[in-house]
Amino acid sequence: MTATTATSTRFQQLIAEQQASLTPRRKIVNAVMLSLTGLMTLLALIPLFWIVGYVIYKGGQQLNLDFFTQLPRPLGMDGGGVLHAIQGTVVITLLAAVFATPPGVLAAFYAARFPNTPLGVALRFSTDVLSGVPSIVIGLFAYALIVKPMGHYSGLAGGIAMAILMLPTIIRTTEEMLKLVPHALREGSLALGAPEWKTSIIVLFPAALNGVITGFLLAIARAAGETAPLLFTALGNERYDIGTIVRNGVAQNQSFLQILERIVDQPVDSLPLTLWKYAQQPYPERVEQSWAVALVLMIFVLLINVLARLWVEARKRRLQG
Amino acid sequence: MTIQTLEIESQTHSAGSDAKPLGAKMEVQNMSVFYGKFRALTDINMNIYANKITAIIGPSGCGKSTLLRSFNRMNDLTPSARVEGSILLDGRDITANREDVVDVRRRIGMVFQRPNPFPKNIYENVAYGPRLYGIRRKNDLDLIVEKSLKQAALWEEVKDKLHQSGLSLSGGQQQRLCIARALAVEPEVILMDEPASALDPISTLRIEELMHDIVKEYTILIVTHNMQQAARVSDFTAMMMIDEHRSGRMIEFGETKSIFTNPKDKRTEDYVTGRFG
Repeated sequence: MTATTATSTRFQQLIAEQQASLTPRRKIVNAVMLSLTGLMTLLALIPLFWIVGYVIYKGGQQLNLDFFTQLPRPLGMDGGGVLHAIQGTVVITLLAAVFATPPGVLAAFYAARFPNTPLGVALRFSTDVLSGVPSIVIGLFAYALIVKPMGHYSGLAGGIAMAILMLPTIIRTTEEMLKLVPHALREGSLALGAPEWKTSIIVLFPAALNGVITGFLLAIARAAGETAPLLFTALGNERYDIGTIVRNGVAQNQSFLQILERIVDQPVDSLPLTLWKYAQQPYPERVEQSWAVALVLMIFVLLINVLARLWVEARKRRLQG
Repeated sequence: MTIQTLEIESQTHSAGSDAKPLGAKMEVQNMSVFYGKFRALTDINMNIYANKITAIIGPSGCGKSTLLRSFNRMNDLTPSARVEGSILLDGRDITANREDVVDVRRRIGMVFQRPNPFPKNIYENVAYGPRLYGIRRKNDLDLIVEKSLKQAALWEEVKDKLHQSGLSLSGGQQQRLCIARALAVEPEVILMDEPASALDPISTLRIEELMHDIVKEYTILIVTHNMQQAARVSDFTAMMMIDEHRSGRMIEFGETKSIFTNPKDKRTEDYVTGRFG
């Protein structure tokens, strides 16, 4: 029982001595480390809550329904909103998603299936490099590639710049998710005689879809919040209103494609771009409004995230039964 | 080692196939499998008889699964794998490159060690195979799904929830779903790679009963670690072991009864009596 009885071995005695001398010290070290990590956790949370809280506080004062439904009014006039920027953000983000998703997902299939072929290795290396390229360089690239030849700034150019920015995220997350799909699932399909491509589409992709969507949203959220690539591409447009474009188009009997072209083929604004422009103007009301823009941007990104999580959760429940 | 010639005429079997003559559905002739330079299997010779259950037993790492996977060319998925010799299915060599892998895999189905239902509902899991082969009409698919699930002894448990996810089922049910999925394309031979090793004893028993039921219409080849299982379910048993080059060889093949009661090879005797492995 005790270390001092005659039956205890030398080893047990040593252990008991060590215990006696170490226990208080151990407790102190534990307490110090625990409070240190707790303190640092709080410290790390401060910027997050500070930013969110301050944006809500400053932006909330400016926010009203008009802010979401009106175009900007000239300086000196009260009211007005950032409808143009909200619409522009949606247009650019949608364009980016449409351009980046098909090549991104298909390339990820290739990389997941043939990781060690020269093409697979090249893809992985270049996505790593591409994700490290500063976003302003990508904007410059889109300027040279699209804005210059077309002769004018446009939402299309902005969308393409954003697509390039999103591509590495989409490829890498899709690839990782496809790799996580159990090998047995693939074999199960192939053993039934299914060709490789059908196995990929019907079995692997649905199994990986939740993860793919999560990665896709991270990419969207990043694209929606980027400013730099839009400076040279989408430029900004305070009179942009899809409602007016569609109404005029219908009045002039334009086809759907013509209207679509008008929507994407002119300069557009986006929320971060508007925020950046408003914040550096010397007029206090614009500066105040820029806080509200920041709040709208935050809500926009949050909304995408929440909706996607709900969808993913619902899908998970359906699959797990 | 050479294969013992079988006295096939003299046997009496309990299954309902007594009336039919015992024919070799598949013949393996001098087959070797290589992974790169490594010879994983050496000179395998065996017959797989129609409407019988053939078990492959042997210690871990002796190439049982490799052998099983060569029957439906799943080894093709391993880039360095290469097969020598031949495997005949109804007299045609299925290892030949000109043979259509898709057709081989339709005729020779497979059930895996761990249940691997697709992340789809129960109906879609079973209908997946028939759809691959162009069956689109809802009526046809409904009939196939019901028939396959009945064959796999799962119909009564799932008939009211065909549109629930296959993953919502228990492990044993999932494995029977995988069997139903394999049966849905009406294969001639079914390969089972330790189909019950991840299941509890009751689920294992159900799988074994189901094998007994379906063997009237199919030919079954099962790899198992469980010698009692091999003794319980199989008509023929193949005993495998690795040789001094770590390559798998078939050291004995014959009727299950004779393998377990009167093994000709000392190593088989040691293995089946539990003195080894």
